[in-house]
Amino acid sequence: MPLILTEEQEMLRDSARGFLDEKAPVAALRKLRDTNDPDGFSRDLWKEMAEMGWAGIIVDEEYGGSGFGFVGAGVLAEEMGRTLTASPYLSTSILAATALKKLGSDAQRQEGLPKIAAGDLLYALAVDEGAKHGPAKTAMAAEKHGNGFKLSGDKTFVADGHVADKIIVAARTAGAPGEMKGVTLFLVDAKAKGVETERTQMVDSRNAARIKFDGVEATGDDILGEVDGGYGALEGVLNAGRAGLAAEMSGAAQAAFKMTVDYLKERKQFGTEIGTFQALQHRAAHLYSEIELAKSVVLKALQELDDNYGIAGPVCSLAKAKVGEVAKLASQEAVQMHGGIGMTDEYDIGFYMKRIRVAQEMFGDPAFHADRIAQMRGY
Amino acid sequence: MSDLEAFRKEVRAWLEENCPKEMRDAGAGGEDSICWGGKRWKFASEAQKTWLGRMAEKGWTVPAWPKEYGGGGLSKEEVKILKAEMRAIKARSPLESFGIWMLGPALLKYGTHEQKAHFLPPIARGEIRWCQGYSEPNAGSDLASLQCKCEDKGDHWLLNGQKVWTSYADESDWIFVLVRTDPKATKHTGISFILVDMDQKGVSTKPIKLISGKSPFCETFFDDATAPKEHAPGVSAIVGELNKGWDVAKYLLTHEREMIGGGGSASLFAARSPGELAAQKSGLDAGGRLDDSMLRAKIAQADVDGWAFMLTLERIKDEAKAGQGSGANSSMLKYYGTELNKRRYELMMDAGGSDELEWEGERTKDGKLARGWLRTKANSIEGGTSEVQLNIIAKRILELPGA
Repeated sequence: MPLILTEEQEMLRDSARGFLDEKAPVAALRKLRDTNDPDGFSRDLWKEMAEMGWAGIIVDEEYGGSGFGFVGAGVLAEEMGRTLTASPYLSTSILAATALKKLGSDAQRQEGLPKIAAGDLLYALAVDEGAKHGPAKTAMAAEKHGNGFKLSGDKTFVADGHVADKIIVAARTAGAPGEMKGVTLFLVDAKAKGVETERTQMVDSRNAARIKFDGVEATGDDILGEVDGGYGALEGVLNAGRAGLAAEMSGAAQAAFKMTVDYLKERKQFGTEIGTFQALQHRAAHLYSEIELAKSVVLKALQELDDNYGIAGPVCSLAKAKVGEVAKLASQEAVQMHGGIGMTDEYDIGFYMKRIRVAQEMFGDPAFHADRIAQMRGY
Repeated sequence: MSDLEAFRKEVRAWLEENCPKEMRDAGAGGEDSICWGGKRWKFASEAQKTWLGRMAEKGWTVPAWPKEYGGGGLSKEEVKILKAEMRAIKARSPLESFGIWMLGPALLKYGTHEQKAHFLPPIARGEIRWCQGYSEPNAGSDLASLQCKCEDKGDHWLLNGQKVWTSYADESDWIFVLVRTDPKATKHTGISFILVDMDQKGVSTKPIKLISGKSPFCETFFDDATAPKEHAPGVSAIVGELNKGWDVAKYLLTHEREMIGGGGSASLFAARSPGELAAQKSGLDAGGRLDDSMLRAKIAQADVDGWAFMLTLERIKDEAKAGQGSGANSSMLKYYGTELNKRRYELMMDAGGSDELEWEGERTKDGKLARGWLRTKANSIEGGTSEVQLNIIAKRILELPGA
């Protein structure tokens, strides 16, 4: 498959750009933050996105989705990255939709996918338990209890945890932390007894939560995929999330870069535009090159998820590793080249730096994924 | 069967019958296995000579050139098939030269029919070896400030001046040169692109020994050297219009950038990888990770960037095919590809440690890696330095003021 967008995907991108510029510019995120909005996103906006088919972007048409696949999902994520749009898109439309689509039983799919596509049901994926990502480190216990299980443990860095209706949670039915075998995925009602959610105010003003599970009961029907064999399945879902985050960061990096280049053309010091200085020109040109590389790995990862879902891991790691670094560089250069004004809260560039910092950490930072690539290459 | 499938079958059968066994070791011999051709060329083996002869007869030394000029007249798809089939049997390239890479494309774009008919077939057959006279001692990155003088003497041109970094000038037969034909015109407008026979008293060359110990480049001197106005009836010595040689030069510089950016990277993963070498030299721990964790992190980062760069080459090629994208991206590819190649060689030297520092002797094949490492330092200088590429990106793509 050529490494370019199809006409249909380009149209999706163009219409998304127009919509988001109008309805969800950075000012919208600023307002959510400044008013300490209890949801952390606009439910009206989410409803509109659902009506346009975005909430069900990877959901098949038979379940009411728009069936665009991962490339389409990434196109939207990239556009949302440009405007830093706050929405449950990543947790519900990418992570949960992928999980249900790939792992769900008929009943689970029937139950969940149409509601996801309609924007009626929100999900969260609870994996991490410590400060650094590592799905194999899962320690949360799922003990046998009658015909079902009792879940106990703490989860952290759960995107949209406090607004979710349903939580997909990784717990250990066998084995010890560090082992891949013995991890099982459960689908738990967020209002179930023993679930205690604490919204965490994050650097990027986006939704995240710590969730305590204290003897939360789950039945066999609540298991997503296989008992003990959830690690590989979880990796698949995480890969979709990693590619989605990479796409979002690519969009954010491109937007921050554009603001910076525009500023270099406007701002005058020493009697001339600062963009005439070669010291800045070369840094900008280098960053341009890095962003071109970021675009390539994002598209490749998304295409691979559509075409070869089962073996998309390495290239999703590549995307998360590379774009994480590039986006960080873009945000740092943006602040530095803006100078003093880049340090002010009033100016938008800081919002980009903050969101990129969080997104590059989620589901594995660049070092985590570079390590995977090193292992894959035998060193 | 489609036409292309039939073509593939035909190519496969022809190669099987005509490619000598000794020529089926592409990539194994390094630079020494290249056939450059030219009047003074000494074939390394009878097989090399046979291979060149057979391929030239088919026009497949330059498969995309028109048949009337010694090429194969193949379509893009057919060239792809030929290359793939050659790769499949590891066939060596029958001929490489600056005539094929540089002068050919320039003549095909700017030459007259007479020039093409006169100069291209001997290039295709490997009979004439060309070199490129661009840089001068005082015109490197600022190439357009070149001063090599070329005066109109009625029936001939008279050349005086010096070129530098002329690749393999000491082994070449002809040279294509950028000269100043109008000293009064502004910098970019008084330049012409001229073709000169080096077999004359007024042209001399002197090899330059590089830090790698090798001498692939020369200084070339023109002392009252001459070129007839016409090398043969109707075959002008000047390519393109008089005083408009800068257009030809710019076209070739872009072409060269693409070759270096793409070429430096195509070999990126074919060469020994730093990770592999490091694993061999300093070992892996029980978890299969390099013992040297600091080096491992650096290598992994370079591998991430290398893979991302390969995908970018692919994407930009696909964009070009679809008629999208910016031509100025060749500067980006040249800049990033060459910097990356240098990085990989530095890491390879880190991984190799003192073993790879042996400059002579059988163990390192006379310092093959070390000499290769030193060679890569030129990647970001030749064909426009990294800094010049960044200038081009700043100006043409980012449109920064004053760039």
